[in-house]
Amino acid sequence: MTVLNSYRTGPDHRGHFGIHGGRFVAETLMPLILELEKAYEAAKVDPAYHAEMAGYLTHYVGRPSPLYFAERLTKHLGGAKVYLKREELNHTGSHKVNNVLGQILLARRMGKERVIAETGAGQHGVATATLCARFGLKCVVYMGAVDVERQAPNVFRMKMLGAEVVPVQSGSRTLKDAMNEALRDWVTNVHDTFYCIGTVAGPHPYPAMVRDFQSIIGRETREQMQEMEGRLPDSLIACVGGGSNAMGLFHPFLDDPEVKIYGVEAAGRGIDTHEHAASIAGGRPGVLHGNRTYLLMDDDGQIIEAHSISAGLDYPGIGPEHSWLNDVGRVTYLNCTDQEALDAFQLLTRLEGIIPALESAHAIAKVIELAPRLPADHLMVVNLSGRGDKDVPQVAEILGTRLGA
Amino acid sequence: MTTRISDRFAALKEEGRPGLVTFVTAGDPDGETSLAILRALPGAGADVIELGVPFTDPMADGPAIQAAGLRALKGGQTLAKTLEMVAAFRGEDQTTPVVLMGYFNPIYVFGVERFLIDAKVAGVDGLIVVDLPPEEDDELCIPALNAGLDFIRLATPTTDDKRLPTVLANTAGFVYYVSITGITGAATPDANAVATAVARIKSHTALPVAVGFGVKTPEQAAAIAQGADAVVVGSALVEVVRRTLDEEGKATSNTVIGVEALVSELAEAVRGVRR
Repeated sequence: MTVLNSYRTGPDHRGHFGIHGGRFVAETLMPLILELEKAYEAAKVDPAYHAEMAGYLTHYVGRPSPLYFAERLTKHLGGAKVYLKREELNHTGSHKVNNVLGQILLARRMGKERVIAETGAGQHGVATATLCARFGLKCVVYMGAVDVERQAPNVFRMKMLGAEVVPVQSGSRTLKDAMNEALRDWVTNVHDTFYCIGTVAGPHPYPAMVRDFQSIIGRETREQMQEMEGRLPDSLIACVGGGSNAMGLFHPFLDDPEVKIYGVEAAGRGIDTHEHAASIAGGRPGVLHGNRTYLLMDDDGQIIEAHSISAGLDYPGIGPEHSWLNDVGRVTYLNCTDQEALDAFQLLTRLEGIIPALESAHAIAKVIELAPRLPADHLMVVNLSGRGDKDVPQVAEILGTRLGA
Repeated sequence: MTTRISDRFAALKEEGRPGLVTFVTAGDPDGETSLAILRALPGAGADVIELGVPFTDPMADGPAIQAAGLRALKGGQTLAKTLEMVAAFRGEDQTTPVVLMGYFNPIYVFGVERFLIDAKVAGVDGLIVVDLPPEEDDELCIPALNAGLDFIRLATPTTDDKRLPTVLANTAGFVYYVSITGITGAATPDANAVATAVARIKSHTALPVAVGFGVKTPEQAAAIAQGADAVVVGSALVEVVRRTLDEEGKATSNTVIGVEALVSELAEAVRGVRR
């Protein structure tokens, strides 16, 4: 493993993290992406933009989110001291709102009046619909038809918020197809439309920009841990689909070599079954949706459908910065099956009275695996990226419990 | 150095007429039928052939070409088979230019170096790779030019005068002007706006300009061809393939004939345009 002076300087001016990242988009979109990059660079150094964002983060989103010592979980596991970063307490119920707020304020600065988004579990769609309602912007959310069915509560929320939800019937009818369709919309409506991408993927500058907006998770965690324990945590752990909640937690700690960092991919029915969503464990580098990154594909370069119990992790790719952090060895990527996630979902609910999103349950599952082997003075932070209310009908169906019975 | 593409456009200029560029998806609905379509195109009046390389996630394409790609993949089409198809076509036709059009991932996974060698040997003349803008020229454009393959770039209504030189810098063969902001087979382009855009591009380059996206009928093709060196028709042709399939999605005796008939009509309309 090569040890770099800093792991926080990427991407380069062309949007590359090692071999990953880049700007693999149609010419129609290229001028828009350059315009977005310019607008973001200007906003980044504008104190007024940051002040506006800080105001909404405090009073609208409800930040800072607590860093909570999970006492009963810790006792149950009998090892490391486990802290939960409570992103599920944000307005709209997940970390997604941190990024959407940043992008919507940017869209307003750019004079865009129509916002489009893709969504898998619906958390990003709900966050986007929410901020569009707040600022009076037209909102169109693309969602795979399969996901529309399995995440019905979120579809209704988006519609109540005034968004148009378009069920995507093409391809595998999940998140990747929703992203294709959003790109097709953007190519068609270039003049008035802002594409609000929900994760640290897509063409440059999205991976870096979304990471910057989500990094508030890690910055708060540093401060809160200093306050509570007087030092940095020993390990961080977060689930990774596209990887925005993980990148948000990880990035402020990348240059602290004493902090071990774990990302958790969705192993679905198991990596060896080919029914999974673990791009690093089961994929290889390729080009899709504007960036090079680890992808699930066949020998001809055709993208393979991902599978995960969690719609939010059901994507055949991963953010390019994660791919690079894997390649340079700074972050260790583990994976977690549907069953492990379901077990973790129930354990956290019973022990802490916190129902995690199925996405976040993947990270909890690895805490359950790692914590018992670690000493009692090991401080472990897990990102509780979203709450599980949206998943209750699905989990009830799997566990065979009829709601209300 | 002349190429099949430059020779063809020089011949069109000599004849004083615009050209017809036809797009079909390789392997749609199966390899054999697709090769038969390919072989029928020059005789029906296609001046340049664009052969679509199927990809699961064609983000710049509309429903018609997406569906054609999925039909081909279902039929077992691969990039290697597409190159074999071009080689088979070249066995009979030494003059009609063949341009592969698609997305980067299948080429990247095949291996750029190996792909360029195999494509050249098969008789491919040019490449249109939708998701490789000038900003990613190191990936394929520069190696392709070095290997003697034309890298044909898309210019779009969002490509302004300031950006146009960047887009044209490493473009070879011809420039493909995307007549609308949108996906293939969607809105119908406005012929006057297209003619103005083509004139704008021509003030920056000596390369021929072909215009495509949204051109469906012989009338539209003729109107667009008035102001361009060539007109590209794609979605309308793959729709003929779709409409002529049987209930199980297999080709029928009408599939090749149907495509041939529409190409003939398009060619007649385009050839009627005189300068």
